[in-house]
Amino acid sequence: MKLTLKIWRQKGPKDKGKIVDYPVNDVSEDMSFLEMLDVLNDDLVRKGEEPIAFDHDCREGICGACSLFINGEAHGPGRMITTCQLHMRKFKDGDTIHVEPWRAEAFPVIKDLAVDRGAFDRIQAAGGFVSVNTNGNLVDGNALPIPKADADTAFDAATCIGCGACVATCTNSSAMLFVAAKVSQFALLPQGKVEAKNRVLAMVEQMDKEGFGNCSNTGACEVECPKGISLEHIARMNREYLAASVTKE
Amino acid sequence: MSRSALLGSSLAKKYWMALTGLFLCVFLIAHLAGNLQLLDMSPAGQLKFNAYAKFMTTFPVVKIVSYLLYASILFHAFDGIILTIQNRKARPIKYAYEKANASSKWYSRQMALLGMLVLVFIVLHMKHFWYEMHWGPLGMDADGNKDLYTLVAAAFAQPLYVLVYVASMVVLAFHLMHGFQSAFQSMGLNHPKYMPIIKTVGIFFAVIAPLFFALIPVWMFVNASPVQ
Ligand code: HEM
Ligand code: SF4
Ligand code: FES
Repeated sequence: MKLTLKIWRQKGPKDKGKIVDYPVNDVSEDMSFLEMLDVLNDDLVRKGEEPIAFDHDCREGICGACSLFINGEAHGPGRMITTCQLHMRKFKDGDTIHVEPWRAEAFPVIKDLAVDRGAFDRIQAAGGFVSVNTNGNLVDGNALPIPKADADTAFDAATCIGCGACVATCTNSSAMLFVAAKVSQFALLPQGKVEAKNRVLAMVEQMDKEGFGNCSNTGACEVECPKGISLEHIARMNREYLAASVTKE
Repeated sequence: MSRSALLGSSLAKKYWMALTGLFLCVFLIAHLAGNLQLLDMSPAGQLKFNAYAKFMTTFPVVKIVSYLLYASILFHAFDGIILTIQNRKARPIKYAYEKANASSKWYSRQMALLGMLVLVFIVLHMKHFWYEMHWGPLGMDADGNKDLYTLVAAAFAQPLYVLVYVASMVVLAFHLMHGFQSAFQSMGLNHPKYMPIIKTVGIFFAVIAPLFFALIPVWMFVNASPVQ
């Protein structure tokens, strides 16, 4: 099929950037969206033009690297998928497709469609871990009983791949869904409870410092999240934070 | 850290938003219950309403609650505007092409606009009736109470007043449609068992309360006596 791509091009962080039209021919509907971009880039390189920069890594929906705001939606049309899992059969011959980078003050554009999601790493580093004493006294995993329901919910939270679609799709560029997932995956487990108060306070503080917006509970993040992370995790973080800020000395 | 966490953080701003918002919702119920007396447009109804208005402006407990109410409105509006300014700053470059309706409701994204319109209404409304009741030149009714009823009836005999009040209630309905359930989520009260109930109650409240409020001016307009 033939398509017209309207792609955001930006030479570097300081460049103003603009949308450039690219006609592409011979797109197979079996290609993934990223493969279609590979073909376009191959073409550009052959013509001596600068290829379009975009993030990708695993190409199987588990690393969170691929981003892209496609036709007005994070990771394009379709639910519970990343851009590497989006296939060209979702589009029709003759379609015009808009491709933009994640838009957020906290996710500055590095080049073209690639943005810096380091803010997520800094939030994680502020408290998204369990401190473990590595002196060799290993504890048997089964010695610590965990209710199945808690384990399941913690696991659901832990499936967050840090892609940033929640921020990209939120009208406020809020990172609440990501941070809530990272807080919840520990808050639900006995190992995580030890540092729970500090964790939620520190991670929210870092989130605010990074310049993400506030949560208006519009629910858009939950809809666009490729892993179906639930708003219930945001509520859990709201509870955890309230309790921690009232009770912490 | 814990002290600033309860004042300055993004989450704290939402706790205050939710608490003041829910307090305003409780107020709406009380305000509606009192004002539905206006539907009785007989001379006896007039005297009853004026006596009620006197009670509401003089009884000490009601006065204290009303100061809390003014503070809540101001704080809710102020906090909401700060949140909105921060939210705008968080996305300095907008998408050229965005299908926002694919993932959220328009009114959930327009809480600030809806809120500001509600605020404009509150100011007008307080000028129309609250200010006049407290400081305006009002006549006395047969029982010697300030005749607020006649002022209200005269206002709602005019189509423009009725239109503004009804339109404002539509705006309020959308604000509450998102706001009511949002407040519970902000306070961390989201549970698979209860959230569906909260959402249903929220939608009922958002529709019914403004509907009854809007009924008052419409009713008084329709039943207005031509010339006194
Ligand atoms: C009778 C009047 C009002 C009632 C009952 C009311 C109620 C509520 C409720 C329950 C919420 C949800 C809070 C949350 O999400 O945690 C809310 C949110 C909001 N209200 Fe109001 N409100 C009223 C008037 C106003 C006014 C006058 C403004 C003026 C600016 C305003 C601005 C906002 C904003 C901006 C939000 C969204 C905050 C956010 O999620 O980012 N509201 N309101
Ligand atoms: S919560 Fe979902 S959308 Fe947000 S970063 Fe994690 S996986 Fe991506
Ligand atoms: S490239 Fe890893 S999730 Fe898409």
